Amino acid sequence: MSSAVLPPRNVLVTGASGLLGGAVADLLEAKGHKVRTFQRRPGRPGRDSVSGSVADRAAAVRAVDGMDAVIHLAAKVSFTGEWYEFEETNIVGTQVLLDAAQAAGVRDVVFVSSPSVAHFGEPIAGAGAGTADPGRARGFYAASKAQAELIALARNSSEFRVTAIRPHIVWGPGDTQLVERVIDRARSGRLPLLDAGAALIDTTYIDNAASAIVRGLERMDAAAGRALVVTNGQPRPVGEMIAGICAAAGVAAPGWSVPGKVARGAGSLIEKAWLAAGKHGLVHDEPPMTRFLAEQLSTSHWFDQRETREVLDWTPEVSIEDGMARLARHYS
Amino acid sequence: MVEELWPGVSPAWSSFVRVPSTSAVDVPGTVRKWHVLDNGPDLAAAGVEPAGTLLCVHGNPTWSYLWRTLLAAGASADKPWRVVAVDQLDMGFSERTGAFRRLADRITDLGDLTDTLGITGPVVTVGHDWGGVISLGWALRHRRQLAGVVLTNTAVHPAGYSLPPALKLALHPAVHPWGTRSTDAFIRVTHSLASPALPAPVREALALPYRTAARRAGVANFVADIPAVETHPSWRALNTVAEGIRRLNVPSLVLWGPRDPVFSDRYLRDLLERLPASSVHRFEGAGHLLAEDVDIASPIFTWLQTAVEAPADSALRRAEPLRPMLAELDERAGDTSPAVVDMAPLGGSEGAAAQPRTLSWAGLAERVNALAAGLAAAGVRPGTRVNLLVPPGIELTSLIYACLRLNAVIVVADAGLGTKGLGRAIKGAGPAFLIGIDRALIGARALGWPGTRISVSELSPARKRLLGVRHSVEGLIADGAGNDVPWHPADPDADAAVLFTSGSTGPAKGVVYTHRQLAAMRDAIKDTYNLRAGTSLVAGFAPFALLGPALGATSVTPDMDVTSPRTLTAAALADAAVAVDATTIFASPAALTNVLATSGQLDATQRAALAQVELLLSAGAPIAEPLLAQVQDLVPKASLHTPYGMTEALPVTDISLEGIRAAGAGNGVCVGTPVSRAEVAIAEVFPDGSVGDKPLTVPNRTGEILVSAPHVKDRYDRLWITESHSSSIDGWHRTGDVGHFDDEGRLWVEGRLGHILTTADGVRTPVAAEQAAETVDGVGRVALVGVGPAGTQVPVAVVETVPPARRAGTASSELTTAVRSRVAELVGLDLAAVLVLPQMPTDIRHNSKIDRTALADWASRLLAGGPVPRLGKGRR
Repeated sequence: MSSAVLPPRNVLVTGASGLLGGAVADLLEAKGHKVRTFQRRPGRPGRDSVSGSVADRAAAVRAVDGMDAVIHLAAKVSFTGEWYEFEETNIVGTQVLLDAAQAAGVRDVVFVSSPSVAHFGEPIAGAGAGTADPGRARGFYAASKAQAELIALARNSSEFRVTAIRPHIVWGPGDTQLVERVIDRARSGRLPLLDAGAALIDTTYIDNAASAIVRGLERMDAAAGRALVVTNGQPRPVGEMIAGICAAAGVAAPGWSVPGKVARGAGSLIEKAWLAAGKHGLVHDEPPMTRFLAEQLSTSHWFDQRETREVLDWTPEVSIEDGMARLARHYS
Repeated sequence: MVEELWPGVSPAWSSFVRVPSTSAVDVPGTVRKWHVLDNGPDLAAAGVEPAGTLLCVHGNPTWSYLWRTLLAAGASADKPWRVVAVDQLDMGFSERTGAFRRLADRITDLGDLTDTLGITGPVVTVGHDWGGVISLGWALRHRRQLAGVVLTNTAVHPAGYSLPPALKLALHPAVHPWGTRSTDAFIRVTHSLASPALPAPVREALALPYRTAARRAGVANFVADIPAVETHPSWRALNTVAEGIRRLNVPSLVLWGPRDPVFSDRYLRDLLERLPASSVHRFEGAGHLLAEDVDIASPIFTWLQTAVEAPADSALRRAEPLRPMLAELDERAGDTSPAVVDMAPLGGSEGAAAQPRTLSWAGLAERVNALAAGLAAAGVRPGTRVNLLVPPGIELTSLIYACLRLNAVIVVADAGLGTKGLGRAIKGAGPAFLIGIDRALIGARALGWPGTRISVSELSPARKRLLGVRHSVEGLIADGAGNDVPWHPADPDADAAVLFTSGSTGPAKGVVYTHRQLAAMRDAIKDTYNLRAGTSLVAGFAPFALLGPALGATSVTPDMDVTSPRTLTAAALADAAVAVDATTIFASPAALTNVLATSGQLDATQRAALAQVELLLSAGAPIAEPLLAQVQDLVPKASLHTPYGMTEALPVTDISLEGIRAAGAGNGVCVGTPVSRAEVAIAEVFPDGSVGDKPLTVPNRTGEILVSAPHVKDRYDRLWITESHSSSIDGWHRTGDVGHFDDEGRLWVEGRLGHILTTADGVRTPVAAEQAAETVDGVGRVALVGVGPAGTQVPVAVVETVPPARRAGTASSELTTAVRSRVAELVGLDLAAVLVLPQMPTDIRHNSKIDRTALADWASRLLAGGPVPRLGKGRR
């Protein structure tokens, strides 16, 4: 990694209340930048922050005021929900924020996206990033992020530079998206392996995801206009990742397996039932299985990292094995 | 019109030529209108001078369109060639003359055309189907400008044979007019012979000139002009061509699609008998419309460069004095000590409780001479190919030396290839004689393998008839006994043997050795291992078994099924050693593994015999040091060696057990230093997997291993393209293995070129990681394979566990962690996954080489997700 010292800048981080947003804000500060955060809830005490929705024009205008750069992580991430909810936060929110940023003279934007915007249910082995396609992306989350990424990259110009960084399956201590769910379900015996659990998947340890996103800003000369998938570059069988997380948390790994085909079918049904039940206030958490999740767990998705590493001049610092050790310390 | 209807053809190539005819069928003064495709305008536009002209002649029922790839390639070649592809009269878009043009007319027609076109300078003819005969007819009449001939699926002498059923049907009076003229059935059937199937636009373009019955008259006449009997009007013209080409002294290239129901392999054999110096490539899987099935342009222009533009100087061959393979046998013709011993004659499986059989040097010499005389009487001549489907032992040894005596060419493909692989090998080599044990003769009969059949055992008249057997070995010996005609010494540079590769690295390939090269193999082994007359060896490894009499060594074949080395027991090995007071043992690692597993059965006599062994060679695949160390306990006095080599060069290097220990662990398997008179080098492998063209001997650089030695093969048999590739670095054989030299000049083999992993961090070879993984407790054999696209593959270890896993799939987390951390620590490679299998897929011949292609394919499918896939054969 280049050790060149970059001049400190004023950087807005949206979605900073999440694990990854928080890590990005911390890393920026550690590198000497001035950070402001923008999230729904009140920000961390002692840090410059704006509360509100990214889709709220007035809040967005306040947030970008005086900023040199924006790292946009705020998004609705869920396996279920209604389309209008995703559209509001992920598409409208991005448009509003970018309008405000451009008007305020912000120079650089890192749009944090997802590899799922360009992949459509087939096994992926060593593929490049690909172009986002809202029409083919699987599920409302991926479709809305695909649309938002296209909007963001279309604004890239020499005056207003935009890059899209797509970290793939971020995990680490404190992660509620993947780690906590795996542990909860394993503990209650609700987590099966799909097929042989052999589908090879890429994941990204939290610190690596954060450092790659910050590199996106630092290497904007090379990264502008591009979409880059970020991973640990260490694909693993999905069953092994799940077993590793369970072992770190001290719970038993799933000992049963169902055919992926069955799970994908069942996922569709459960998803619909959960959504209906949620409307009636019967359930509040995420469904145990969705079609999208079943696909993610039963088909390979790992990526060619050569372009990412070259453009960002970056390599992950924490290996999967070290990450698992840190996770185990977190739960001990 | 041209661009739309004739895909692949430039409009500038198409032209019509008015040609005064001198054919007997035309009245004097007749002018005929020809259509030709000619890339001359392209060359003129580029202002380049062609090296010569390719004159391309189509068959029936195609037209010049067939040659379009040659026109394009000729204009863009480094040294451009003018390519003129003609539409024969009554065919394609040339004139419908209304006359029945026979072979002699057509040859004259073609000469008329080239006169009109004013083609001077060197010409290479290119022909397909019956166009091949016409092109050769032109060649014989234009010897002064003829520079070479290229033939694709053609026949010059069908008369000697009965016509193939497909043609017989086409010629049948009831079928002929209907099949060829009234309907387009003949045309459609011919086009359906393409494999893979023709794209629709190409099929349409090929059929374009033959849309109506009137335009198909030539198609019908062509078929009717095939001289099936001597009374046919074209018989003499055909015979003139067929015999005339024997005197052609220009380079010839024969490209062949064996899946051709009309021009089958027997026409290839006939052609090669007439043009024995031809470069030949048989495209396994391709058919009659070869130019449509495969790329013929690249090999033709490569061949033009090497054979026609800059022919190799054959006088460069070193004319060293040669000690013939039979010298030792001849000198010991009066020696009554044992030369060969069979512990279980004919494999032990065909006779109940077979007793060991011994033949003295005198007995062997007499048997070989009698057999040679008998074979000669049966029609075996110098250069005749004789396929030996006989297990190692006295019978095989006698047959090999009898054939060498006759200067016939032995074809040896072992049953380990499996019926399909064996059949493919035999058809490819096209032997004129097939000598086999009963099982082989049954296969030959059932599957139609070529060659006059000779049985090793005496058969009842009924069984002889049933199996189509013409002679028996004992009968030939009786016929030839007492013959004392002096034998002609061998031409040192004539073919002596075609040996087949194991098929573990692709379809089995025939490898041709000359007498000089076979003798050099004998000398390399003799000098490297100090084998002297008086040595007695146990031949538990088939390829070396044939060398015993040439080495002057007494050889014994142990009681085992040689097609399955794992059947060699310790007792069988020891009994063989006892029988000849063996000083030397040749065996494969798989055989030695079983010997160790069964060593508890040995009695005191057997152990004592093994204790006398001075040299043990483990050949065929690398052997692990711990296994070799255990073998040492069985043969305490012996020096243990393991040669590295391949069917194409045997051996290349050698290392002893002490050498293996001294070398220690490293990246790959240390195979030691080159054997007597062999040179080894490497050609660098670049990050994208491509290979450099300079032989290097610098240490610590990984590359493709190259070998140069007098005992390297002459060529691959009828695989001219494969041969060109393997010898593309002048003076060296490219082994397809990768490795490096260490600082002491020892060679380390890191795996197959096809098995390298092209990771994001560069090219990695598998062996070091495999060895690291094998040090983990409970792990047996390991294969490292790459999963994912070239350039960004991830490494995956496939593991055989001890005890074997019950199911194939991902390894347990404990095993995964242990293997991954060991490989990371020792080799610095991050394994994406560790998979387990109950048993590795291996090649049949040695039971030792792991089929990594099949494994990589399986691992890729498993790791893509979904149910555990079945392990198939490797894609080749």
